[in-house]
Parts: sequence; C-alpha cells; structure tokens
Amino acid sequence: MFDIKGYYEASSIEDAVKHLSENENTKIIAGGTDVLIKVREGKLAGISLLGISRAGLDTVTIDDDGTIHIGSACSFTKVEKNEIIKKNIPYLGEAVGTIGGPQVRNVATLGGNVCNGATSADSASTLFCLNAKLKIESVRETKIVEIKDFYLGPSWTILKEDELLTDIIIEKQNYDGYRGKYQKFAQRNAMDIATIGCAVMAKTVNGVFEDVKIACGVAAPTPVRCFEAEEFIKGKAANLENITAAAELTLGNTKARDSWRGSKAFREHLVVELAKRGMAQLSGLELE
Amino acid sequence: MELKTVGKSEQRNDAYAKVSGKAKYTRDFQTKDMLHAKILRSKIAHGYVTSYDISKAVALDGVVKVILPKDVSRKKFPTAGHPHSLDPHHQDIEDRQLLTDKIRFYGDEIGAVIAVDELTANKALKLIDVEYEVLPFVLDAEQAMKNGAQQIQDFEHNILAHSHIKHGDIENDKSFELCDHVFEDVFEISPVQHVHIESIVAYGYIDYEDKLTVVSSTQIPHIARRIVANLFEMPYSKVRVIKPFIGGGFGNKQDIIIEPLVAMLTREVNGRAVCLELSREEVFYGTRTRHGIKMYLKTGVDSSGKILAKSLKAIGDNGAYASHGHSIVAKCGTNFSRTYPAKLSMEFDGYTIHTNKATAGAMRGYGIPQITFAVESHLDDIADKIGMDPIKFKILNSIKKGYTDPIANLTILSYGLDDCIKKAKKYIDWDKKREEYKNQTGTLRRGVGFAQFSYATAVWPFAMELAGARITLSQDATCVLTVGATEIGQGSDTVLSQIAAETIGIPYNSVSIKRTTDTDSSPYDPGAYASRQTYVAGSAVKETAKAIKKKVLKRAGKKFEVKAKTLDLVDAKIVEKKSKTVLCDLKDLTVESFYDKEGASTITAEKSVNVKSNALAFGVCVTEVEVDIMTGKLKIIKICNVHDSGKIINPLLATGQVEGGMSMSLGFALSETMLYNQKTGEMLNDNLLDYKIGTTLDTPHFDSDFVQPYEKTGPYGNKALGEPPAVPPAPAIRNAIAHATGTRVNKTPMNPQSLFDAFKKDGLI
Repeated sequence: MFDIKGYYEASSIEDAVKHLSENENTKIIAGGTDVLIKVREGKLAGISLLGISRAGLDTVTIDDDGTIHIGSACSFTKVEKNEIIKKNIPYLGEAVGTIGGPQVRNVATLGGNVCNGATSADSASTLFCLNAKLKIESVRETKIVEIKDFYLGPSWTILKEDELLTDIIIEKQNYDGYRGKYQKFAQRNAMDIATIGCAVMAKTVNGVFEDVKIACGVAAPTPVRCFEAEEFIKGKAANLENITAAAELTLGNTKARDSWRGSKAFREHLVVELAKRGMAQLSGLELE
Repeated sequence: MELKTVGKSEQRNDAYAKVSGKAKYTRDFQTKDMLHAKILRSKIAHGYVTSYDISKAVALDGVVKVILPKDVSRKKFPTAGHPHSLDPHHQDIEDRQLLTDKIRFYGDEIGAVIAVDELTANKALKLIDVEYEVLPFVLDAEQAMKNGAQQIQDFEHNILAHSHIKHGDIENDKSFELCDHVFEDVFEISPVQHVHIESIVAYGYIDYEDKLTVVSSTQIPHIARRIVANLFEMPYSKVRVIKPFIGGGFGNKQDIIIEPLVAMLTREVNGRAVCLELSREEVFYGTRTRHGIKMYLKTGVDSSGKILAKSLKAIGDNGAYASHGHSIVAKCGTNFSRTYPAKLSMEFDGYTIHTNKATAGAMRGYGIPQITFAVESHLDDIADKIGMDPIKFKILNSIKKGYTDPIANLTILSYGLDDCIKKAKKYIDWDKKREEYKNQTGTLRRGVGFAQFSYATAVWPFAMELAGARITLSQDATCVLTVGATEIGQGSDTVLSQIAAETIGIPYNSVSIKRTTDTDSSPYDPGAYASRQTYVAGSAVKETAKAIKKKVLKRAGKKFEVKAKTLDLVDAKIVEKKSKTVLCDLKDLTVESFYDKEGASTITAEKSVNVKSNALAFGVCVTEVEVDIMTGKLKIIKICNVHDSGKIINPLLATGQVEGGMSMSLGFALSETMLYNQKTGEMLNDNLLDYKIGTTLDTPHFDSDFVQPYEKTGPYGNKALGEPPAVPPAPAIRNAIAHATGTRVNKTPMNPQSLFDAFKKDGLI
C-alpha cells in the first residue's frame, strides 16, 4: 500500500501543465520506478501524483534535418527497440538497456531518468555526449535547455514544480558520423546502480580522432563531460599511447567521492579504465 | 532389489500447486476483519527508552491499539529452533522479550501498533515520539571483547560463550616445534543473509475453542508452539501453530522471530486476527544473519606435507541477542578438528561475542561455509608455499573411511570423497589448467581452484533426532502421509512420499502428503534444520511404511490362508513371493478393510523414530574463473560441485538443491555482505539494491555430479544434501583467483572493490 493523496491522469501536454499550475505539491509520475520507491520510503508520503503516461509523450520521431525527438514518457524498452534509435544512435538504446531488469525497462521512462536528477542515470552520460536538448513546458513558457545546464546537483535539477519535460532533442550534427559506446560498471550485471558509467563517442578518419566525446556518471555530483581528455585527443592518432594519456585526463573534470558504495580511488581508477576501453574499442584497438 | 521410485526424478508433488498459483502462503489467508500490526523500532543502536509519547498515534483514525513494553509480559524467552533439552545447562539462552525498552541494536523492537491496515500502522509509527538515553555501541566482535567495551547482555566482555577443544597426547605448542613448516593466516568472514523471497510473516487469532492460533511461515512449528505456550504460561494444548506453504527459509525461519509477538498482539485485541509481515528492510536488520567470524589459523606440516599440528581461534559475531548461541562457532570447531585430522595435536578456541548488530543465527551450513572458506583457503596457500599441488596436499591429509570422530564418536561408514575429487579433476582438466595458467600477464587472467568439505547430516549426538510419520491407507489403495517434517521448498514432501511409496509397494503418485504442518494434527518433529529431513524424517516414514506393509500382508495372508511372509506387495498388488503370482489388487484388500462385516479394520500406522546416528557427507567444488585485473570483475567460466550425499533419492530435486546452494555460496563469496553505519549503528544496505545478491545475469551455468556410496544408517542409503552445496564454491573461487593472479584474498566478499584494493596492494594495478 502506498500513501498517495491523489492521482490525476493527464490526457495531453496542455492538460498536464494546466494541472501542475493549479495544484501545488504535485509530483509527475511516468513509469513510477523512482517515484513509488520514494513514496514507499516515506520521502513523498501523502503526495498527489500527475500521471503523464497517456499524454502523448511516448513517441520517437525524426525531422527531415535529422533531428531526433524522443518523447519524455518513452519507456526504456521503447527507446531500445525503436528503429530510429537503432539506426542513428544505437548506443543510447544500449545504455538504457543496462537499466534495472526487463520489467523496470518496460515502464521506466527516459524523461524520468533525466528528471530524477541522479548522477547514476544510465541514459545521462550518453545524452551528455549527444549534447541533448530538453524541451520544458509550463503554462508560463516553453523553453529549450541544454542537458549540461539541466543538472544542479544530486537529485536536483532546474525543473520547477509547474514544469514538464516533454521532449528530448538530439540534433544530427551531434551524432552524424560518430560511433558510441556506453559502459556501465556495477557489481551486478542487472538490477544495479552504476559504480561508474562512462559514455564515449568518437569520429575517426584514417586512424585519427576527428572528434571524441566522453561523459561519466557517478564520477561527480552530476553527470559530467570530460572536456580536458576530449581536447587532448582531438586530432591525434588513434593509438594506445594517446588513448591512455587522454584517459588519464578524464580526472581533470571528475569529482568522485568516497562512500560505502565505493571508494574514490576505485571510482577514479574505473573512470580512467572505462574511458580508455571505450576509446580503444571505438577505434578498433586491442587492449592488453 | 530393484527400486521403483526411490532414485528416480519424480515430479515434485507441489509443482502444480506452486506453478498454477494455487498454493497458499501465510499472507494469502486474508480474513475480513483482520488487523495489521507494525513494530516500533529504535533509532539508536544501544541504550534505553526514557519516554514515549503515543498521544498522536492513538488519535489517528484507524489505529486500534499502541502497545509498549510496560503493557505486556516482560518474561524472557529463547528463540533458537533447537529441540528442548532436558539438561538445564544445554537449554537455549532466554534473553528476548516481546518488546523491550533496553535497546541492543538499531531497529530493536520497542513497541507495536495495531491498526486496520498496514499503511495506517506505518503512519502511526511516525507519530510516536521516543526519547532515549544513549549508550556507546560496538559493531566489532574483537572490540566488544576488550576492557571497557559497553556490555550488551549479561556477559562479561560480551563473551556469550567460549569453548576449547584439544586433541593429541602432546601440547599444541610443542607439536608445532616438531613441524618443518608452520603457517599462520587470518580470515574474516562477513555476515550475510538468507534472502528468502517470502518475508517473515505470521498472523494470530484465538479460535472458537479459545485456542491461541498462530499461522506462520516457519521451519519449526512444534518448537514455535512450545516457546509461545511457555511464554504465556499456557498449556501446550491451548496453543496451535500452523505452517502453510513456505517461500524459503534457509535457517532464518529456524528461529522464533515474530510468533510470540503475533500471539501477544491477538491477545491484546481479544483474539481478533492480527497479521504482522516484516518489510524487506526489517528482515535485513531485524531478523537473523549468518555469523561473521574471524579466524586465526595455524598449521604445521612435516617435510612430506603431512599436517602434524593445527590450531584455530574463532571469534564469532553473534550480534545483539543469543538466538542459536554458541552452537555455530562450536560446530566450526568440531568440523575443524575432523576434516583434516592432525597427526600430533589439534586445538580449537571458539568465542561467541555480542555486538550491537543484527542477531546472527542459523543459516544454511551452520558455521561450515565459514570454517571451510578459511581452512580450504589456508591449505591452498600452504600447498603453494611448500610447492605441492593443492589437491594432492588435501588428499594426503583428509579423513578416510573408518575414521572415528573423537568429539561426536561417529565412524565414517560410507566415503566417496576420493571419487568426488577424481570426477572434479576430470571435469575441469585440473592438471593441464594448473600448468597452463601459471605466470600469466595481461588484464584478463584465468585460474582454476578447488575446495572440499565434510558435513554432518544431523545433530546427533548433540541433540535428539526425533521424527514422526503417520500413514493411513485409503479405500482405493492410495495412502495419506502425514509428517511433522516441514516442507520449506527443499522438496522433502516429495522425497518422503517416494520413500513411503517404495517401502509400501505402491506407485509414487498413490501417496498424498499433507501439505500443512499443524501442531494439532501433525506428528511431532522439531522441524526443518541441519540436513536432516530425508535422513531422519525419511527413517520415520520408512518405519511407518514398513508397518503398513506388514499389516497389509497380514491381512492378505488371512485372506488367502497362507503365511504373510510368503507374500509381497508390489505395484499395489499382492503377489506370491516365490512364484510371483498376483493374488489380488491391493484395492481389494483395502475395500475389505473398510467394509468387511466381521473383520473391518482400517490400515493405519504411526511411528516416531529417534535416529541415533549421524553420517558424514562429503563433496568438492572446482571452478575456472577469469579475472579482469583492471576492474576487479570476475567471470565464472565453469563451476561444478560433486557430492557424496550417499544414495540420491530424487536426482532432479537433488540437482536443484545443489544449484541453489552453489548460487548462495557465490553470493557469499563475491558480493553479499551486511554493512553498518559506523557512526549510528544503522544497517546501510538493508535493501535488495544495495545488498548485492546475484541476479540471473550474474549466475553462471552450474554443473553438478554425485558419487553414491550406500550409507547404511540412512533410510535408503542417503546422507546430507540440503546444506552441503552451499559450502565449497566460495573457497574454490577464492583459490581460483589466487591461481589466476597470485593474490590471496582472506576476506569475504571478494567484490570488485575489495579485489581492486587487493590487486593494488599486491602491485598488479
């Protein structure tokens, strides 16, 4: 049994944002895999919920210019299986395929993963590499923000109480010609939270890195891009020496900490190792 | 003699009920007016409650009653699922109260709320204000033994018990001097939990005969009745405990955890039904765990590798309450003395210590997973240091057939360890792989590891081993079997039915077994623990079935005017032994037994058997692992347990037991542990996200095999199988990691973080 005060099922975006503007202390619920756990723990006890599963937010589309739109209420399963995603950004599908187990992925949503504000969100690192843009709507305004500006701290985003994330936008220039890989390092191979998550995207031309993007989760209070490493490796030959040197530089942008779930030393070691493995794999190098 | 059903993979007789969802578990018996209770738990690890303010909780709509320690009996009771001992010195420690205002662990039971539903009860808990007098707490057993440590129970230095065993004609110190090499190691085994899927749940009511009834997911209904009746000073006949289907126990339900509370709760509301179901978090921090044990091992060998002297100091962390007390650490001692007998002398020093952590109690293996991890790792290291193959070294020093255990005075009658080792070596291609994986470099390294064990089936001669069975022959030549032994998922109902069918001479599916254990109607049996069900309860079933058969043949003899001993009962037919002529169907006789005007007398039998023997089971595990040095991740390439559990009654069920046990050992080895906040004493990972029990994707394919020497003390040649599978995989994996990397880890769990730390320390990273 859950301690829930009320529930409203929105039929459209307009309906949802109107409800939010008129009802304080309302929490948006999509798949519920984070929200209901918090309710059970008593953190959101007595909360009113706004359901958005039937508000038309569960489609994936592509514009003529190659811009991909992922509705915020798309389940991970949907993202993983979608043809547009598979063709253009399969590594995002693979990333969300590491979350929980099949039952969780069938209901949990991409928008929920982002809005939860967790540094461990398995979709976030890849979305950071993709320079994803987020469409946020309310009765007051509709705005588009870059994902790097969305996160403020652990479980803390810029999203206001009356705002709804509706669309995750990925522009062609950010994926065209890139290969990508997400590595989730967790103790278990399913139903686990990342000790470190690391997304790498790379564009190589004739054995040279034209561009590399690296982002990590759980390496700092929010997901982070490792710009120092990216800058270093750009334009350099894809060899083990360069990759190793670049991987070491990831720590210039991370801020891992000690906790009972994992030591700072281990997390930092993993960031470097996973960044290295990611770059190596995307450039076809064998690691010894 | 050819066996008809014993030794065959009969389908478990609860399979349909479970798969179709028709099996009813404790929580499925919801009644209309049932109330629900939740426990008020302390937010400190040690101290006293100085005041309660329950006014807001009582005022909440739907709250029926708030109960505090002062409102109920303060009588102390024991909780261990041990049979009662008539010797006062061997009785379990009585240290638990229904509710307490002296707090001994974070989450201790300081009050209760009864409400119309769980949600309301939970809300009410939050409305109760509690003030505390806080005492310092201790989470480490060795710290708890030190001078100045806060005393948790009535024991100086928090030593619940200490035992000392010595064998050999010369002093241990002297015999070490006679050794060519002496080795010392320290092992730290972390506490883990059972993680049965069905929670700890029970409900109680007072029935129309004024009988205090508790329906509980318990392994030990008869013991639960004894403890509840004693606590409330009621006649046993006025207390009834019922056990429906169970979703796993693994030893946690071999303890009285909530039955007294539930009995109290229903008494507080005039016998109205009250249900108490613990949340997963409560099960973690508030029920029982496997003991964390620190072990100091010392072993001396001669130049040939023969063990001359050995010693073990074991410090077991029992947590806040006594539960099974010293039994687990003591069992480490008897097992230590036995598996590799030292030529000159052996010494064991065992301590069981109170700390302010979750109480440790029974868990599958009862001390043997811990001692085996330490000993098998220690001996693997010694073999390496003296340049011997670890398996050769272990064979050289193992107990052999005919060995008589000096503590339990038990002689090994059946012995298949050698054959287990042979099979395991062949499976893993031991000699080749040991050579091939020497001196590897690179990130991914492979290794093979081995571990073996010996395991006592039951608890004789340390306690009685009583079991009862009743068989009633029906008119249609089928029978109803009633046992006191508790089916908790292990499959005992199925194998006991096989034993009954085989012995009587009827088909397996002609036996229908009573699914529910009910202290009002089931024969006495202390319950599901040790690895005793098939061995002990099986013996009772066999004796009862023999009595049935005898009665049937006697009746047949009369009917056909021949001597009963010239007849046999085969496939539900009466046959003439010599000529094998079928004289009649059993059905003809059973119908007559009900309706024959002159000689009607139904055929029933009931036997109670005290099995005064105990057999040693053996087994090994071999595994090949691949270690990712740079991440500390481990992959099991191959793993196989080979067991000598005597004759196997049901190979499919036995394989299931082995796979389940191996999976448990994997978690114990690689990922599971209970972590505590050092500043508050609160358990940190009391949920299934942070408590890293393996998932399907973490579980490799498990191979298993059996060697089957006939054990003549077992009903059909069988010995322990329930617990042994959970014993050897963990040390085998540990030894495989050592083979792959050279790093020898002496602490569980060997998770990526701890392997990273170890590889870093050894300079591999």
